[in-house]
Amino acid sequence: MPSLSKPLSPWRRITNVAFIGLSALASVLVLAPLVAIFGYLLYKGIGSINLAFLTKIPKPVGESGGGMANAIIGSVMILGLGSIFGVPLGIGAGIYLAEFGHGKLVTLVRFTADVLNGVPSIVVGIAAYTMVVLPQQHFSAFAGGVALGIMMVPTIARTTEEMLLMVPNTIREAALGLGIPQWRATLQVTLRTASKGVITGCMLAFARVAGETAPLLFTAFGNQFWNVNPNQPTAALPIQIFSYAISPFDEWHKQAWAGALILIVLIVAAVSAVRIVTSRGTMANNA
Amino acid sequence: MGVGIEVRDLNAWFGKAQILKEVNMTVGPNAVTAVIGPSGCGKSTYVRCLNRMHETNPDAKLTGSVKVGDKEIYESGIDAVDVRRKIGMVFQKPNPFPTMSIYDNVAAGLRLNGFNKRHELDAAVEGSLKMAALWDEVKDVLKKKSGASLSGGQQQRLCIARALAVQPELLLMDEPASALDPISTGKIEELIFQLKTQYTVVIVTHNMQQAARVADYTGFFLMGKLIEFDKTEKIFTTPSDKRTEDYITGRFG
Amino acid sequence: MSTPTESDLPRLLRIDTHVATAADNAAVERAELPVVPRIVLHSSPISKWLDWVFRNLLLLCSLSVLGVMGIIFYELTSRSKLSIAKFGLHFFTGQTWDPVAGDFGALPFIYGTLLSSVVALLLAVPLAVGVAIFVTELCPRMLRGVISFTVELLAAIPSVIYGLWGIFVLVPILRLQVQPWLSKYGAWTGLFTGPAYGIGMLAAGIILAIMIVPIIASITREVLVAVPQSQREAVLALGATRWEMVRMAVLRNARAGIMGGIILGLGRAIGETMAVTMLIGNRPEIAKSLFAPGYTMASVIANEFSEATDDLYLSALVEIGLALLIVTVIVNACARLLVWSITRGSSVRSHA
Repeated sequence: MPSLSKPLSPWRRITNVAFIGLSALASVLVLAPLVAIFGYLLYKGIGSINLAFLTKIPKPVGESGGGMANAIIGSVMILGLGSIFGVPLGIGAGIYLAEFGHGKLVTLVRFTADVLNGVPSIVVGIAAYTMVVLPQQHFSAFAGGVALGIMMVPTIARTTEEMLLMVPNTIREAALGLGIPQWRATLQVTLRTASKGVITGCMLAFARVAGETAPLLFTAFGNQFWNVNPNQPTAALPIQIFSYAISPFDEWHKQAWAGALILIVLIVAAVSAVRIVTSRGTMANNA
Repeated sequence: MGVGIEVRDLNAWFGKAQILKEVNMTVGPNAVTAVIGPSGCGKSTYVRCLNRMHETNPDAKLTGSVKVGDKEIYESGIDAVDVRRKIGMVFQKPNPFPTMSIYDNVAAGLRLNGFNKRHELDAAVEGSLKMAALWDEVKDVLKKKSGASLSGGQQQRLCIARALAVQPELLLMDEPASALDPISTGKIEELIFQLKTQYTVVIVTHNMQQAARVADYTGFFLMGKLIEFDKTEKIFTTPSDKRTEDYITGRFG
Repeated sequence: MSTPTESDLPRLLRIDTHVATAADNAAVERAELPVVPRIVLHSSPISKWLDWVFRNLLLLCSLSVLGVMGIIFYELTSRSKLSIAKFGLHFFTGQTWDPVAGDFGALPFIYGTLLSSVVALLLAVPLAVGVAIFVTELCPRMLRGVISFTVELLAAIPSVIYGLWGIFVLVPILRLQVQPWLSKYGAWTGLFTGPAYGIGMLAAGIILAIMIVPIIASITREVLVAVPQSQREAVLALGATRWEMVRMAVLRNARAGIMGGIILGLGRAIGETMAVTMLIGNRPEIAKSLFAPGYTMASVIANEFSEATDDLYLSALVEIGLALLIVTVIVNACARLLVWSITRGSSVRSHA
């Protein structure tokens, strides 16, 4: 019979040590791919980035040199269009959820936003294709922007809501008590108080869609040449990386790594900026 | 059977803040000791040092010696888990396991220690619940109802039963009645009174009447120091320190 | 004490009062101060109207979330009518995918999506839950921030970069090292047989696992943090080891939320496109071996959508998209409800 006066059974000790060891091992195994991916990106990418890569457009197969300048500009254009659609809608929806947030409608919107967040990007791509590309009969940066914009809305809406809910009610009351109309109070006082968090949400959404490839495949489509007309097929960095990666040419593989490095630097910069801003915020709250 | 406690030169910190300063206290077996003092005086930290719960906070530090029975619990080579197995603890807020039945709540400590036989568990659960004066109220729903479905006072008695089931040598109670209504508080106090025939009990309370009602000995803490420790009667009638007198007569705190 | 007369006041102040009484203009201005609130009163109908406009504009924004969801459903349903009418339910049981003959059956893609997701979950769940437990319950506080930030970064890497890395790093390792070893010792299971291409179901499953670990880990971390500290203390005070504390106090209370995180990860794995397309081999076959190439619902859309020339072909691809949409909506709805029930403070918190 087991007894309480004896020391802890060796079995319990072993299980405990095994448990701690296994969860530490899990952490190492999760972090290893990250190190491997970043290491490879740097190792392969830095060698291939040069002035030509940043300023030239792709060369035909067989010719060396060339770059992804058109894809970089194209990505900026598509992301810009996406933000123009997504940011105002997302912030507007977030304000509504937080400031007028009660009743079934709001719960439904909140829930739908979360579900929309989980809809595969390729499905959003199909929807953008049938809505924009089919009626227009041609691919365009505009269609790509619509797809990315749709994907940004739920993230921005939910972070905006969360950030606004953290603004203390006394601040709203103070503004309304001065006789300021509600729309000005909300925009100039509540939203401004939460602006840091709202910007964070926009950056997160931006980082999330910046690397999206699937919804652009049949909306922006890609382009080997310069194009700044939003109504034309447009190159994008992720598409270019994809088509170069699955090509059989070494020269293009190199370019794919270089493009990937530029893309990841962009995204990591956005995410780190968010992290720094938010962690400062919480430190201020604790103090 | 209960054991005595001997605390020598106990100092405790959270980060840089020193919570306990040079505490010395000797408690005899089978007695109830109350620890009183204004909030923030270190009384909760003090009992948490007696079963090595203090160190579960990553910022915590501690020096000094605590003997429970004849064993030094802070000796190197002594496992905190072993210490806690023999010392029961009841917390300020009732914390039954919400996902377990009443029966499983009480049996949890025994199961951890390898008791798995039906009849052993049944007997221990019934005995502990009877001792905690909860048996009659729950005997029909032992395995049907979750520990969280009980009322606040019942939950706290369930937690006491859970602590008693492993037959501890020492029972620590950290403001066990502060979250309860007067009737439940009365039941808990009655229970503490009965427990001292078999256990050594240390109870933290902010309620001086409660200390006067249940405790044989009382220690008064102020800003991390044990100001006075004596028979309860003496503390509440003729305290020898001016600060104790001020506190019990309600001049501060 | 008597009230001070004017002569008691400091000299400067006296001058001041003198100026105020002398300057008639200033006095007049002061007297007319209440005019300003009157302007606000006059403009109040406009400001009420503006409030109304503001409120309804915002309402429109939030309705747009519902609208977008509705439009996606409508577009996908209406564009896949052709295929739905022609094949009915056989679409999901048919095994041939022949655009030239106009015969479309989606079973190989469904199989590929399910198998790759299951492989990914089997690999990712233990790792993600392990990392979440390590961060919340075990590791020193200094490491905590570093690890969670790194896991967050893992979530920020675009799919196409996972694919790129997979093609040039993961696949060679699988082909040269892992697959020979697996077929030597694991061939009897039937899962590790056939030629080792590197590319195939196993590669897709591994890359998916790396991609969904951050989602499962971050949700698990959230629900573990939501378990009240008092539950941990209760178990520790009974004389439990770390592991027993995690098992009894933490995992037991958080299991519904962890389940939610896992389902959310499943949803992501099902819909993930680029990395899988680059690694799975893109062959519409149903094979038992994980070494064999496969095809998923998302990859077939990515590869063939812009080449789909006739209406039926396009319609069949959109129908696959519709199926993908319905499955992920159901999966995400379930997961959200589970996670909400934990972190919105219902079950565990109210018990504590």
